[in-house]
Amino acid sequence: MSVAPGFYLVLAGLMFAIGVVGVLVRRNAIVIFMFVELMLNAVNLIFVTFARQQGTVDGQVLVFFVLVVAAAEVVVGLGIISLIFRYRVSSNVDEINLLKR
Amino acid sequence: MNDLVLAAEGASADHTALAPLIIALPLASAFFLMLFGKRIDRLAGVIASGAIGGAFLASIITFGSVVAAGHEAAESHRFFDWITVGDFSVGFDLLVDQLSAVMLLVVTGVGTLIHVYSIGYMHGDARYSRFFAYLNLFVAFMLILVLAENLLLLFVGWEGVGLCSYLLIGFWFEKPSAADAAKKAFIVNRVGDFSFLLGIFLLVATVGSLSMVAINAEAGAMSAGVATAIALLLFGGATGKSAQIPLYVWLPDAMAGPTPVSALIHAATMVTAGVYMVARLSPVFEASGEVALLVVGVVGAATALWAAVMASFEYDIKKVLAYSTISQLGYMFLAQGAHAYSAGIFHLVTHAFFKALMFLGAGAVMHALAGEVDMRKMGGLRKAMPITGTTFLMGCLAISGIIPFAGFFSKDALLAAAWADGRYVLWAVGVLTAFLTAFYMFRLYFRVFEGPLKVPEGVHVHDVPPTMAAALIPLGILSVVGGVINLPGVLTLEHFLEPVVGEAQVPEGAIAWVLGGLAFVAGALGIALARAVYLSRASSLRRRKAYSRAPGLVDAARDKFYIDRIYGYGIVAPGKALSSYLANVFDPRYVDGIVTGTGRLVARASENLRGIQTGYVRNYALVFLSGAVVILVIQLVRVGL
Repeated sequence: MSVAPGFYLVLAGLMFAIGVVGVLVRRNAIVIFMFVELMLNAVNLIFVTFARQQGTVDGQVLVFFVLVVAAAEVVVGLGIISLIFRYRVSSNVDEINLLKR
Repeated sequence: MNDLVLAAEGASADHTALAPLIIALPLASAFFLMLFGKRIDRLAGVIASGAIGGAFLASIITFGSVVAAGHEAAESHRFFDWITVGDFSVGFDLLVDQLSAVMLLVVTGVGTLIHVYSIGYMHGDARYSRFFAYLNLFVAFMLILVLAENLLLLFVGWEGVGLCSYLLIGFWFEKPSAADAAKKAFIVNRVGDFSFLLGIFLLVATVGSLSMVAINAEAGAMSAGVATAIALLLFGGATGKSAQIPLYVWLPDAMAGPTPVSALIHAATMVTAGVYMVARLSPVFEASGEVALLVVGVVGAATALWAAVMASFEYDIKKVLAYSTISQLGYMFLAQGAHAYSAGIFHLVTHAFFKALMFLGAGAVMHALAGEVDMRKMGGLRKAMPITGTTFLMGCLAISGIIPFAGFFSKDALLAAAWADGRYVLWAVGVLTAFLTAFYMFRLYFRVFEGPLKVPEGVHVHDVPPTMAAALIPLGILSVVGGVINLPGVLTLEHFLEPVVGEAQVPEGAIAWVLGGLAFVAGALGIALARAVYLSRASSLRRRKAYSRAPGLVDAARDKFYIDRIYGYGIVAPGKALSSYLANVFDPRYVDGIVTGTGRLVARASENLRGIQTGYVRNYALVFLSGAVVILVIQLVRVGL
């Protein structure tokens, strides 16, 4: 059984929109991070969808890149967040404004 | 230029082969002494003299090959490219022709003698090796000046000798007067150099080349107005370097330097650079019609007379010689103003002999009298210093134009040229100056060397050591016989120089004898007057009487006719006021105002713009998103959705 590509694209668009809104409205750094991952995966879904539709593997290869880079980014990002948490006892991004003034 | 090289190649051997060596020897010695001079100490003088001596030998060989080549001897060679911009190219071009060959001999020959003299004179000085390094450097630059084929290279030599002059005038910089004199010489020369540079710029703009051969070849095609402007600007440079009115004021003060420096730089060589330059570029001066040459002649004659008057009232023996140098340089320009470039060069050569001799003699006197320069404290020195006294007398007779000494022939040649060119007023001024010249020179001679012995207290007088005598005696001989290079009627030097500077008019027949006789009589009268006023028994009475007739005039003359003060109030003081305004008002208020104003503007702008930066990541992300949406919408609209 196969589903029309349009549904996948709509799903991906919804995931991306949820991710954007999440990044904009949440204040906890870790939660923001998760929304970023949601956006990345929305894009991955689009890549895979089109790869299947076209019958090529280019899109799928790109997804692997995105996954690897995202994993690396999470390592660095979580490291920074945990360090900040250790000093400020908070992961609220609004309180992390040392560069202002 | 190429045609010329080709012509020369056909005619003769390679004269320029030794030219770089002539420059390189003193230059290498100068750098060697600057680096290692302290270690070799006493040897410095020997090395320096050897380097110049080698250059002198090379100059003799070069001169010989130029003589052998005859009329078509001029030859230039580019040793390397120096500046190349598009089609315009300046190289290290050296030109060897009759004129530069004569100058080479004078510069290296007199230079060698003065180096040898300096070994004795500077003995025991704390900066002995540095002195010789500077002296060598000076000779190297002077040789670049003389050998340069293009004006830029000539200017390098021109400025280089100026620098060395500054260094050597201020050689004893512990003395404030020496340091001040060095600065004065440098700054006054700067004024002349400015004019000289403008002249060069105008030449390049007109002819499109810096090559002197090319300039001289195309000078005839210039319009008289442009040629006059160029000639006057170039002559402005010459008034600085060759100490003519109005820029002569630095030369008397330059006597603060060691005496060999005065002899070499401020009498025999550097100050003649202006005369050389005018002779070298004579076609440009000729192309200007009569105006520029008249200015040259009038300035020369006025300077000759003016400086001779000054010399007659000076008591410092070196300053008398300095004014005398200015006066004699005026003579050379007087001749050049009458188209007699070779007569100017002739006087340049003989003047180098006798003036270097007299400076070295004055140095010997100072050496013997523990640095005393006031002639009122001296007297009767000839018996105590026979070599110095006798050679000095040779120099005095030569400069006074007494037959058969060198100066008679050169002075006669240039006065005759002024007459032949119809410049009778300038001729009369020249004869009057000849009278004054003999007067002030013998005033000096009688006061210092004749009469009863008089020396400052506690001084034991001794004659010169051998190294100093080794310079005095050859120069003394040259002062006596130097005239043979250009005897009237034979005119060896004038005919030799003709290919470069052209033919000068010479009076023929009886008038030539009358003119020569008049010049001689003027000199003899001057000596007689000096004897009456300074040597005879009633001399002091006569002097007092003369003073009581016009005390104001004499006092004015002793104060150099207030020229230094006029320059001080008229030029230096306004200049200082202007710089003080610029430094204390204009710079802090306006220049700094613009700078700090710019800074303040940026600071205030950033103060206001800082509000945009909230520091909340969300705000940035939102802007990010809006940007992305806008771009997306634009794209969608473009594809027609």
